[in-house]
Amino acid sequence: MKPRKDLITIGSLSDEEINTILDSATAMKDIFTKSVKKVPALKGKSVLTLFYEPSTRTRSSFEVAAHRLSADVTTFTVGTSSVVKGESVHDTIDTLMSMKMDYIIVRHKNSGIPDVIARHCKAAVINAGDGAHAHPSQAFLDAFTIREKYGTVAGKRVVIIGDILHSRVARSTSTILQRLGAQVAYMGPGPLVPLQAHTGIPRFTNWDEVFDWKPDVIYLLRVQNERIDTPFFPAGDYHQAFGVTEERLKIIDDLDLGIMHPGPVNRGVELCDAAMEYRNCLVCNQVENGIAARMSILYHLTPQTQNND
Amino acid sequence: MGCIGAKEIESAISAWVERIAAEGAERLAVIGLMSHGDLLAKRLVAGLKERGIDALYGAIDISLYRDDLDMRAEKLPLRSSYLPFSTDGLHVILVDDVLYTGRTIRAALNALFEYGRPARVELQTLAYREGREVPICADYTCFHLEPEAGKEVQVRLHEVDGEDKIEF
Repeated sequence: MKPRKDLITIGSLSDEEINTILDSATAMKDIFTKSVKKVPALKGKSVLTLFYEPSTRTRSSFEVAAHRLSADVTTFTVGTSSVVKGESVHDTIDTLMSMKMDYIIVRHKNSGIPDVIARHCKAAVINAGDGAHAHPSQAFLDAFTIREKYGTVAGKRVVIIGDILHSRVARSTSTILQRLGAQVAYMGPGPLVPLQAHTGIPRFTNWDEVFDWKPDVIYLLRVQNERIDTPFFPAGDYHQAFGVTEERLKIIDDLDLGIMHPGPVNRGVELCDAAMEYRNCLVCNQVENGIAARMSILYHLTPQTQNND
Repeated sequence: MGCIGAKEIESAISAWVERIAAEGAERLAVIGLMSHGDLLAKRLVAGLKERGIDALYGAIDISLYRDDLDMRAEKLPLRSSYLPFSTDGLHVILVDDVLYTGRTIRAALNALFEYGRPARVELQTLAYREGREVPICADYTCFHLEPEAGKEVQVRLHEVDGEDKIEF
């Protein structure tokens, strides 16, 4: 794979780059089974997590990934930083570059901020979620999880259910799955499933249509109340209309379908308790694979920080 | 340009197997470096089996242990190492196609010791050429090559390249 500094969107990657990162993630996951769960690939490199939005699992997943590659990790917590004192993104970048960071992992509520940072610094920048735009590392771990479970992504049918409109996960994950030859469909509450975006993707309004489509994987999105000014549905109503209820879980079990969710799961909203225990529930696999996928991403990016001019 | 053909390579590997067999080591593991060293290791293990000697087979990808990651323009996809056993107390024969600067072997030793504490580690290679940059030498090698300065040594093995051949 030719040197690439940043990972901002899946769309900017070539097929070769997507496959290289996925292939290497398999080798990264093997490291977890060794007695020494660490390799020296990024020894002496500095990784910064810069999260302007709250996140537990994505940030800690990146941190574990960086540690397993022997990098030094610094966490920039926005709530306690000078950002709350009014420092601009540009000034923050200058500050961070003075600290000689090699990799910066950014999450921001506004789309495009990671790209701005990437253009203004020599560090490799990884978009860990920008607004409703993109979340490429999630896309990689999702594709990796499907490939690991089914042997291939090509030809698989994945239906993404929930708030598509506000979801960067839906955008990035459907992009990578389609690039790898999967078929993707959406289902969710009418106002939350955009008509214009993601053309060519079938849209369903109820579970009967979903089951008729014969999917291999049901991918539930989290209901993101923090992104919606007023909740569209009471949780119980959402669960009955769009969630995996116990009755639907029986059908899913009979059809041997996989269940995925980017986490954190709202139990009783997207998934019933029993769904979390279901034999084909891949949520925990996604978490573990997230570390392997992020190790692979870090490994394959090339910061331009060698020349300190 | 020098060239070593399939027949010479085949008889060299037979002699190599004989040498390992004659040593009579116990608890033997033959671990090859990807890629090519692993194929040679597989041939050695198969040859030893024909002589009634059981040796464990392993393969390691040392990419994550290299000292030139910053300098390499292109990063190849990683491959999964295959080492389904602890190396604790084993007599390990580390196998590679060519020993040159020794840096790959330095990385391989670091990788290997994360799988346990072998009783002994030997380095055996199909070929070697002058140009060591670290204090590492092979315990056994089949061919001593003397290519012109700046020339690459290319080892081709039939499992992946369709033929057995060394060009230098």
